[in-house]
Amino acid sequence: MTTLVIKNLAVSVGGTQILNDVSLTINSGEVHAVMGPNGAGKSTLSAALMGKPGYTVTSGSVTLDGVDVLALPTWQRATAGLHLIMQYPTEIPGVMLQEAMSAALDARNQDSRQLKQLIETEAKRIGFDPELVTRSVNVDFSGGEKKRSETLQLSVLQPKIAILDELDSGLDIDALRDCAQRVEDATREINLGVLVITHYSRLFEQLKPDFVHILTNGRIVKSAGPELADELEVTGYAAYTNV
Amino acid sequence: MSTVTIPTVDEEIWRYSRIGELDLERFRPGQVTTTIDGPADSIKKVVSRTTSVVPRTSSDLFEDLNAKNAALTAICVAKGQTITQPIIITHSLNESGVVAYPRLVIDAQENSEITIVERFISGDDIASLVVPVVDVRAAQSARVTYVAINELGAATWQIGYQQAVGQRDSMMKLFSVALGGDYARVRAEVRLEGQGANSQQVALYFAGSTQMHDFRTLQDHAAPRTRSDLLFKGAVKDTAKSVYTGLIRIRENATKSEAFQTNRNLTLSNGAWAESVPNLEIETNDVKCSHASTVGPIDDEQRFYLESRGIKPEIAERLVVLGFFGEVLDRLPAVPFIADLRERVSVKLLGAS
Repeated sequence: MTTLVIKNLAVSVGGTQILNDVSLTINSGEVHAVMGPNGAGKSTLSAALMGKPGYTVTSGSVTLDGVDVLALPTWQRATAGLHLIMQYPTEIPGVMLQEAMSAALDARNQDSRQLKQLIETEAKRIGFDPELVTRSVNVDFSGGEKKRSETLQLSVLQPKIAILDELDSGLDIDALRDCAQRVEDATREINLGVLVITHYSRLFEQLKPDFVHILTNGRIVKSAGPELADELEVTGYAAYTNV
Repeated sequence: MSTVTIPTVDEEIWRYSRIGELDLERFRPGQVTTTIDGPADSIKKVVSRTTSVVPRTSSDLFEDLNAKNAALTAICVAKGQTITQPIIITHSLNESGVVAYPRLVIDAQENSEITIVERFISGDDIASLVVPVVDVRAAQSARVTYVAINELGAATWQIGYQQAVGQRDSMMKLFSVALGGDYARVRAEVRLEGQGANSQQVALYFAGSTQMHDFRTLQDHAAPRTRSDLLFKGAVKDTAKSVYTGLIRIRENATKSEAFQTNRNLTLSNGAWAESVPNLEIETNDVKCSHASTVGPIDDEQRFYLESRGIKPEIAERLVVLGFFGEVLDRLPAVPFIADLRERVSVKLLGAS
């Protein structure tokens, strides 16, 4: 059982305060959706949790099973069990996905001898062309291939808590269904805790949220069960943006 | 030697160079030790110490000095002859305080084929100067692959010249790998004289510590339907420096020619410095040309992406740098002393210099 606790988190970017006071507790096996309009600070939340350069935590704390996440460099946040699926996965010319995964397992002192087999199995499961594993990471990948690759990496690395930053942007409906379903499966198979950051609720058909939080103007303004997503689908964010 | 005038950085072709530090009088005439490896029958067939190739008219002091003092190795491949196994020429500089002038002539006659690897090596304590010149002559439909490898020690200087001339429908592939030397310069020039002549120039250079690598390239199109393709990629770390300047010249008669030039540089430390200056000189319209040049540090987004997978920063950096060079490594021919290049780059990345 793992718990990620975000307490009163405030984050600034380039001197501008983006997140003001965000508190969330995510346990293993739970799916938390953070929903909000454009500019609410959704992507800032995911970047700050992973320690992306340029994102400054001005106050608050983040702990993973009591360990101070904010004191760790990015790579140790990942080996501690956090995993970020990026909205716009970066292209890395000349670095093969297989190579990157092998280095990632090395950092975790995990045996990478079975990696090829593991990647093949997971690639099949997520509908990712295994040929792409020996090509440069994300280079010339379609939107769907990029998100399938991100999801494949998650299933290979088996983190404790996954942060999904707009998984549903830039990909076709089939790829979205496959990726969302794979993450949903992981909540049961490896008891993965999930923080899914999204504007829309369409990925909830496969990936069922247990909790829905509305983020506007850098604050969580409402938290409730999955029925809140249904309400947003009808009324939109207008009622919450002037809180 | 007291009568010679050393060029200065005021001349464009020497701009940014370390020529100002050179005191030729410090060096007495010396020799490299040259060994030639490869299949014995091939070596017997093609290698000699004489050649009929006339050096080109030169306006450069070091080329002139080489022409006067050259220790010649000549490779002559007869018409229609194909030498499949590479021939490896190794020049070793074994004493300090000398200047040596090795010259290699590769004369590939009509429809012949050959691969030559030329290595330059010296120990780290060898404070000497090597001034190598290679002349590549590819006759009609000849196919020449030439690989220069600079494995010189940390105190050795190199001022080198590659002059390649291609006749009708010839194909010249010219590779340079530079990891060594203190100040190591190569002026790499290709002239496509015959219709349909084709050239590729590919280089990998990586300077650390206080090293400096300096490349000046020319793609000179002097006949119609000629094609040249150049890819030079370099990295500098510590307080190392690199310079690339390249010119594509398409002469008036070189219609329907294609010329491409790409130079990319990674600066891996704050104290490292790289310069890249591409130039075009096009005298006719009906051509296809492009050039691209970049200098910059490792992309922060790439670093963050790999680190967010749990990869340690130094490993992430190594992956990105090796990935950057991958495009060049993939194009290098499978010849001896190249196979372990990726590993050597990797070691240099982690090591002190």
